[in-house]
Amino acid sequence: MPHDAPSAQEMLAAVREWMERDLLAGTDGRLHFHTRVAINVLAMVERELELGPTQAIDHAERLAGLGFDDDRALAAAIRSGAVDDHPALAAHVRGEVLASVLDKLRVANPKYLIDGRG
Amino acid sequence: MSDVDRSSALAAALSDVLGGAAIDGVQRLSGGASRETWKFVADGRPLILQRQRDGDGRDMGVEVAVLRAASVGGVAVPELIATSADESVGSGPEHRVGAAFMILGHVDGETIARKILRDDTYAVARQHLTADCATALARLHAIDPSSAPGLLAVDQVEQYRSVLDTLDQPHPTFELAFRWLDAHRPEPGPMRIVHGDFRLGNLMVGPDGLRAVLDWELAHIGDPLEDLGWLCVRAWRFGSAKPVAGVGEYAELIDAYRSASGATVDAEAVRWWEVLGTLKWGIMCIIQLQAHLSGASRSHELAAIGRRVCETEYDLFLALEDRW
Repeated sequence: MPHDAPSAQEMLAAVREWMERDLLAGTDGRLHFHTRVAINVLAMVERELELGPTQAIDHAERLAGLGFDDDRALAAAIRSGAVDDHPALAAHVRGEVLASVLDKLRVANPKYLIDGRG
Repeated sequence: MSDVDRSSALAAALSDVLGGAAIDGVQRLSGGASRETWKFVADGRPLILQRQRDGDGRDMGVEVAVLRAASVGGVAVPELIATSADESVGSGPEHRVGAAFMILGHVDGETIARKILRDDTYAVARQHLTADCATALARLHAIDPSSAPGLLAVDQVEQYRSVLDTLDQPHPTFELAFRWLDAHRPEPGPMRIVHGDFRLGNLMVGPDGLRAVLDWELAHIGDPLEDLGWLCVRAWRFGSAKPVAGVGEYAELIDAYRSASGATVDAEAVRWWEVLGTLKWGIMCIIQLQAHLSGASRSHELAAIGRRVCETEYDLFLALEDRW
């Protein structure tokens, strides 16, 4: 790692905490809303820096297990009907696709997950 | 140009359009990712300006025609004050406001879903909002479609599949949903005027209930059940457990719509349209992100909407659980 502390994640957290603590209270209306959005974006990038590397490996393994190089190839196979001609395969594909969707949500908006369903 | 600089330029243009009226308090409102909405006061009267974004090729004249037809049909809508298509506002008014526009009467009330769903002020309104929505939709769907010329009848499944391909961001979940939609398509309903974006956020609600239906830019000709299904999309429940706009149950909506319209309503068909609506919202999230990435409208809000796609994918899995 060529850089000194703080890490990218720690710098983002510092800026986000300042926005939450000092900036947000002084805004209203549209600016308040956009400040909140900015805080959410920073928090999302923090989570991606933390979870992203492992998720990328898991996602690639799921695709490889289904025999596809990427989401584009999987999406094309689903559209062609090749997947739901075989009920067991279709259920397996849905399970793997859902697993990747849940990973995306854990970064984008973990609060969106319903308890017990992810 | 910042919003503040643009406010003063707009004030001069609005005064010009409104026959020299004194313009105060020009302020840009949140929301409206596909167009700009501003509020202002003209000679003491609060008004709303909706201004088309650069790069949006839609003809606002069609929306104006729908708004007029809806008003005649008994749907509560804001009063139309002036549009860029009016001859009475002089030649080339678009050049003064900088784009196609509509000036509408301000309707008092709340559009912010979280407030409507949670504030005590709207406790009574919440009790009959589902019925209010059903009545407004029944009136809209009763209007003769020829009274709003220019509206297109486009198959929603085909339209959004082709839009998704244009965006070139393939999503396996979306393809699973398209396959399900193709396999479970209900019998086509009558072709009527549908609002196309009828949900909290586009409804002006007061303590007494629904006051006006706003934002008609996605109106088109289609199956009336599209509007009912869209109202049930999980994104438009804003965290509430109740399926209809976060305030009602499916049976309440269907019963109220049935009694207001006299039409028969297939509950399964409404759910089909809800699944399509969920998928459409996912694709719209990518469209909004593109408005940022292309430079048409640089905005971290639009960028962040791109990361809401996985919410819609999750919602599709919830909606289709045990129904595949």
